Amino acid sequence: MTHAEEPARRGVLNWLLGLWGGGVLASIVYPVARYLAPPDIPEAAALSTNAGSAQALAPNSGRVVPFGARPAIVIRTPAGELRAFSATCTHLDCTVQYRPDLQRIWCACHNGEYDLNGRNVAGPPPRPLDPYDANVTGDEIVITRRA
Amino acid sequence: MTDGRWRAWIDERFPLDDVLESLRHKRVPHHRYSIWYYFGGMTLFLFLIQVGTGALLLLYYRPSATEAYESVQFIVSRVPFGWLVRSIHAWAANLMVASAFAHLFSVLFLHAYRRPRELTWISGFLLLLLTLGFGFTGYLLPWNEVSFFATRVGTDIAATVPVVGEGLLRFLRGGDDVTGATLTRLFGFHVAVLPAVATALVAFHLLLVQRHGMSVPPSIEQRAADPGTVRSIPFLPHFLLRDLFAWTAVLAALAALATFFPWELGAKADPFAPAPAGIRPEWYFLWAFETLKHVPPTVAGLSGEVVAVAAMGLGALAALLLPLLAGESPRARSVVVWAGAAALLFLSVMTGLALRAAAP
Repeated sequence: MTHAEEPARRGVLNWLLGLWGGGVLASIVYPVARYLAPPDIPEAAALSTNAGSAQALAPNSGRVVPFGARPAIVIRTPAGELRAFSATCTHLDCTVQYRPDLQRIWCACHNGEYDLNGRNVAGPPPRPLDPYDANVTGDEIVITRRA
Repeated sequence: MTDGRWRAWIDERFPLDDVLESLRHKRVPHHRYSIWYYFGGMTLFLFLIQVGTGALLLLYYRPSATEAYESVQFIVSRVPFGWLVRSIHAWAANLMVASAFAHLFSVLFLHAYRRPRELTWISGFLLLLLTLGFGFTGYLLPWNEVSFFATRVGTDIAATVPVVGEGLLRFLRGGDDVTGATLTRLFGFHVAVLPAVATALVAFHLLLVQRHGMSVPPSIEQRAADPGTVRSIPFLPHFLLRDLFAWTAVLAALAALATFFPWELGAKADPFAPAPAGIRPEWYFLWAFETLKHVPPTVAGLSGEVVAVAAMGLGALAALLLPLLAGESPRARSVVVWAGAAALLFLSVMTGLALRAAAP
């Protein structure tokens, strides 16, 4: 063996060692990366939900009800009109509530305010709340997602 | 920043160069029994695999009687590669117990427990007990039929311990019976208490191994004219590369086992259903299970179960304190070898009997 051959041989061996290490690493990283991504669980998209008695909801008050997996808010304006919105604040995902003293929908997390039409009027929320349709059948309020 | 400046920056804050320098001078004895040096590292590797796959399983597992079985079912059937992660965790647990036992008996037969390595042996034996504790607490977590009854039997054995037995049973079960409370409790031990203790003990054990270096068996030492002349190889890169090669082989074996023999989930535990036939513990507890079957109901006026459990406890205590009990003389060493061989024979025969009884 000549001295000139030595570095070449070492280079090939190091390359093989790197290939081995890379192969082992890849065969660990790939399954782990796939495992970490949660599988999609198809969520039955609720199109409508019952939101309780219409009688029991006095003017200038509101009620948060589950709509599918997320909350919705149904309010009766001081004028007696029923309205429904998504109850998820458009700022950072907190759940909003009705404030009779302000006559507004209010988010406690960062003091965001929406008017009776769901429009963001004060504080940090960037967008209005998603509006839903609220109808009454018998005494039951029915909230429906708009198509 | 260039490589040199990085090194200098780190070295000023952490003595990396000292560590590397001592590793560069570290040598490992090389002789006909050197192969047994690899089982400690292999057990450590399997422990690391358990930490990794255990953390992954925690992302989807739910520790409650109503959800545990379903969540494991979800992991193996819906999560990508979930079947692989769970099977590797179960298989690596078994290989880790086997590797720890191989390590223990090789250290015993090669007399590596001798002065000044007494604390290395004691911490290692405690780690073996912890490994068995991991196996016992992890077994119930899928909340299936077999594990449910095995845990009932296993915790019931704890009740035979004199004086504290009843309290121990209630402590382990989180009540009088194996229920969801037991599951939550064993889950806590399995993922928090035992890992914390094991990590500290592993660090201590490794520190001692680094401090004392590998033990050279007395027979090899005697053959060498002068103890300093036993052949050795450098730790870096010779021993480390061999270690890595062994680890890769274990990883490949694990992947093959997990793929071709995936760990079964069985049926969900039903506390009000009769125990199915063929209930038995994991193979590493079979010897104790079989021993209890052969003990007569009463021994010298005492309950046979109590006598057997006390004898096993004394045996474990003697093994734990082996380096302090065994003397330095060649005669004492041969007593250790015979006692070790007798223990190995007893464990093997009892396990074999239990396996034969279980075979259809």
